[in-house]
Amino acid sequence: MFDVLVIGAGHAGCEAAAAAARRGARVGLLTFRAEDAGQMSCNPSIGGVGKGHLVRELDVFDGLMARAADRAAIHRRMLNRSKGAAVWGPRVQADRKLYRAAIADLLAENHVELVLAEATELVFSGHRVTGVNTNVGMLASPAVVIATGTFLDGRLFLGEQVLEGGRRGERASVALAQQVREIGLGQGRLKTGTPPRLDGRTIDWSRLEEQPSDDEAWTMSALEDHPSPPQLRCAITRTNATTHDIISRNFDRSPLFAGAIEGRGPRYCPSIEDKVKRFSDRDAHQIFLEPEGLDDVLVYPNGISTSLPEDVQLAFVRSIEGLERVEVARPGYAVEYEFVDPRRLNATLEVREIPGLFLAGQINGTTGYEEAAAQGLVAGLNASARALGLDDVRFDRRTSYIGVMVDDLILQGVTEPYRMMTARAEYRLSLRADNATTRLGEAALAADCLSVVRRNHITDHFERRSRETWAETPEGRADATYAPYVARQQREWEVVQRDSCVWLPPDLRYSQIPGLSTEMVERLTAARPETLDQAGRIPGITPAALSAVYVAANRRAAA
Amino acid sequence: MAADTIFALSSGRPPAAVSIIRISGPRAHEAAKSIAGSLPEPRMAAVRELRHPDSGELLDKALVLRFDGPASSTGEDIVEFQCHGGRAVVDALLRALASIEGLREARPGEFTRRAFENGRIDLTEAEGLADLIEAETEGQRKAALAIAEGTLRKQVGAWRDRLLELTARAERAIDYDEDDEAIDPSLLRACEGLAEELQLWLDRPRVETLKDGVRVVVAGPPNAGKSSLINALSGSDRAIVTDIPGTTRDHIEVPLSVAGLPILLTDTAGLRATEDPVERIGVARASMLTEAADVLVWLGDPQSAPQHPRLIRVHAKADLSGRPVPSGSTPVSSVTGAGLQQLLEQVEASARSLLPAADAITVNRRQASLLEDAAFAMRRAGAAGELAIAAEELRHARVAFDRLTGAAGVEDVLDALFSRFCLGK
Repeated sequence: MFDVLVIGAGHAGCEAAAAAARRGARVGLLTFRAEDAGQMSCNPSIGGVGKGHLVRELDVFDGLMARAADRAAIHRRMLNRSKGAAVWGPRVQADRKLYRAAIADLLAENHVELVLAEATELVFSGHRVTGVNTNVGMLASPAVVIATGTFLDGRLFLGEQVLEGGRRGERASVALAQQVREIGLGQGRLKTGTPPRLDGRTIDWSRLEEQPSDDEAWTMSALEDHPSPPQLRCAITRTNATTHDIISRNFDRSPLFAGAIEGRGPRYCPSIEDKVKRFSDRDAHQIFLEPEGLDDVLVYPNGISTSLPEDVQLAFVRSIEGLERVEVARPGYAVEYEFVDPRRLNATLEVREIPGLFLAGQINGTTGYEEAAAQGLVAGLNASARALGLDDVRFDRRTSYIGVMVDDLILQGVTEPYRMMTARAEYRLSLRADNATTRLGEAALAADCLSVVRRNHITDHFERRSRETWAETPEGRADATYAPYVARQQREWEVVQRDSCVWLPPDLRYSQIPGLSTEMVERLTAARPETLDQAGRIPGITPAALSAVYVAANRRAAA
Repeated sequence: MAADTIFALSSGRPPAAVSIIRISGPRAHEAAKSIAGSLPEPRMAAVRELRHPDSGELLDKALVLRFDGPASSTGEDIVEFQCHGGRAVVDALLRALASIEGLREARPGEFTRRAFENGRIDLTEAEGLADLIEAETEGQRKAALAIAEGTLRKQVGAWRDRLLELTARAERAIDYDEDDEAIDPSLLRACEGLAEELQLWLDRPRVETLKDGVRVVVAGPPNAGKSSLINALSGSDRAIVTDIPGTTRDHIEVPLSVAGLPILLTDTAGLRATEDPVERIGVARASMLTEAADVLVWLGDPQSAPQHPRLIRVHAKADLSGRPVPSGSTPVSSVTGAGLQQLLEQVEASARSLLPAADAITVNRRQASLLEDAAFAMRRAGAAGELAIAAEELRHARVAFDRLTGAAGVEDVLDALFSRFCLGK
């Protein structure tokens, strides 16, 4: 008997399991194989602009990702140095093996029990979840987190080949996907992709522009708990006219254009064939060559994810400077997978109609390790709350990127894989990567999910903030730079608060409100906003519709 | 709670050839049926005998139009009676409607308000309609009509698109540019450029000038002939007095329409230093009026005329012989009427420069203050030292635009971003 069961040991699942365990729950983490826990199945980097912010926020709650990234970091870059402290993006390249080892250690430290099994079915009692059926028997648990990533009825595309599975060489969770669809949670399919992996020994590094690691030492985690591994260099190259020519001649062999893939891919991380087709005026696209590890010959060419057939991949890769004689160790492929409409979830990531069932990560339509991990934290903290009768932990979009993401997901849903960008945060100047402890320290203390070391660190941090010398620290200086803007946003926020006070009755029938188009009725009904402010943030809702809703709500209140 | 059903005479005051009485609300159809016997199909017109619902007395034979909510101008059920425009007929019909339970006469602007509340029009359109209803002169009517038809909304939409593009450029540099370069100077210049364009609009006359009229102040020393000139001007064929002149303690205002332009002609107390406290107040007021004048007509010595951007020097009492006409002054005689024509032309030319062209769109104070907010933010964006702050100012400008007409969510920004750039590595 577990308090919390987590299905899937990817970035969302591991964080969810560890977070639930930190709040005192007995946690079982279901995975096909032990070595899959903490696997970086796509690019070997953690963080970036917006994503780095998420990692720092996770860290305040003693999440695993920041510490694991530090232990595995073989290259560090603070992105956006010149663009303002608010948008600095800490990013590290991580050694895959070191990262997995770090996650395994941290899971063990958090007393998470690995259960090697395939979850085949959720078990219900009435509307409540009471456990999971697996190939090794029924496991009872009052709270279940599904964090299956792309494994839910995943399909791999490699040229004309179609394979079943969420990651190359691994199985898909078909049975569970079937049930998710049966209970009406399935929403549609999304697509993501990965580039071919190159043999680093066959790359002519001498011809390429180097990208060195930052000189200045900084860490992802506020707690520096381990010495950092040696630092490597990355390199930059670019596609050219010949590359684009090879790709466009083979458009008809891409499953993307041949119509085999129905899922929608992200506009911001398109495959190379997509880039060549949509931006035909560009004569080159940048490629970052990122080593996968210290004792690993594989190199990840960031920027050329593709599902073209293997022979085409080899041909176009070899047309690129420095890669003329490269060997492709593994071809790139596209993954199409099932996702759930996140508008069915509460801010705790619990399915609204199914108490005890939580969803986290790519299944909710997001993309990226950091986005997945952050949702894992939210689901884990709240799954243990459900199981143990603790307080919910909710994140506010005014104080965290985690809050921005959860709010966007549950209110707006997704039409393409959701990736964190700082542009999504209207309170961006307050949400810096360097002030995560200040923003979330109190909430983390209140959630009672912290180690003694972390608790002391947070208390010390607040103590240092109260001193006069604080103004001389980097965080203190950034506070001063942004103070006038933060004050102005505070005033804007008060206006939003007024709208937030206009509660929309949950049984408000939008189809009965005069002046609302069918489209508005559909959007409002799907999102079921709790307040007028939320209604205003549903995409496509016009001010006219908003005023009609406002008037209708007021009439109801007056009646 | 259902809304009341309201009715009103929605055409001009009788007598007229035809008068239109409109009923809107949940009971509009039922009430109209009790008067007209039966209603035509939706969006159709039919001739009906209108009878008092209680007495059955024939009131008129009229054209009856029916609209079903929400596809009507207010979003509610509507019936229109187009009846004969005699005062007695209209009064009888309005009384008959008032006698029906659940119906009441509409308050001013209530039809427009319902259209807004029911999502039939947006805020700028609602404002335009309100202005249209109040419009008195041709220029006012055209400006109001332009707003009501959404011209302002279109212009704001065009600005907003450009703002979104600038935002997209800034956001792209923040979220996607690996090259850590300093802020792009062309982006800053583009921000300033848009701010300047908004400023040009803000420098234009406001719609209030159209509504209140151009204030033409006639000033000069005592006994310069100010009151005579005003009387002569308001009596001339070219100027139509549009209302009864208002006489205050120390100045007189005469609303005129000159060639379709609204003019508020103002007579001031003589400008001179005085010991008399009562007169001093009048003089102080006159100085204030001179300052507040849109156009200043000066009757005194040309050398001592106050500084004013739109100054017309008048050589008054031109009929008195032996006084040479100073250069730059217009000779006018209020006695013979000589020069009045030229003076009115000058006033008209000055006033026209202050009023929007007949087909131009004007903004009111609320709209102007939001545009000012946006322009100010964009100017600061252009001067920002770091990209994150420039982007914040652009966001602030977007908020102002949203408040002007519609909501631009983050998704709009992202759409602009993704349609213009190839992103992702």
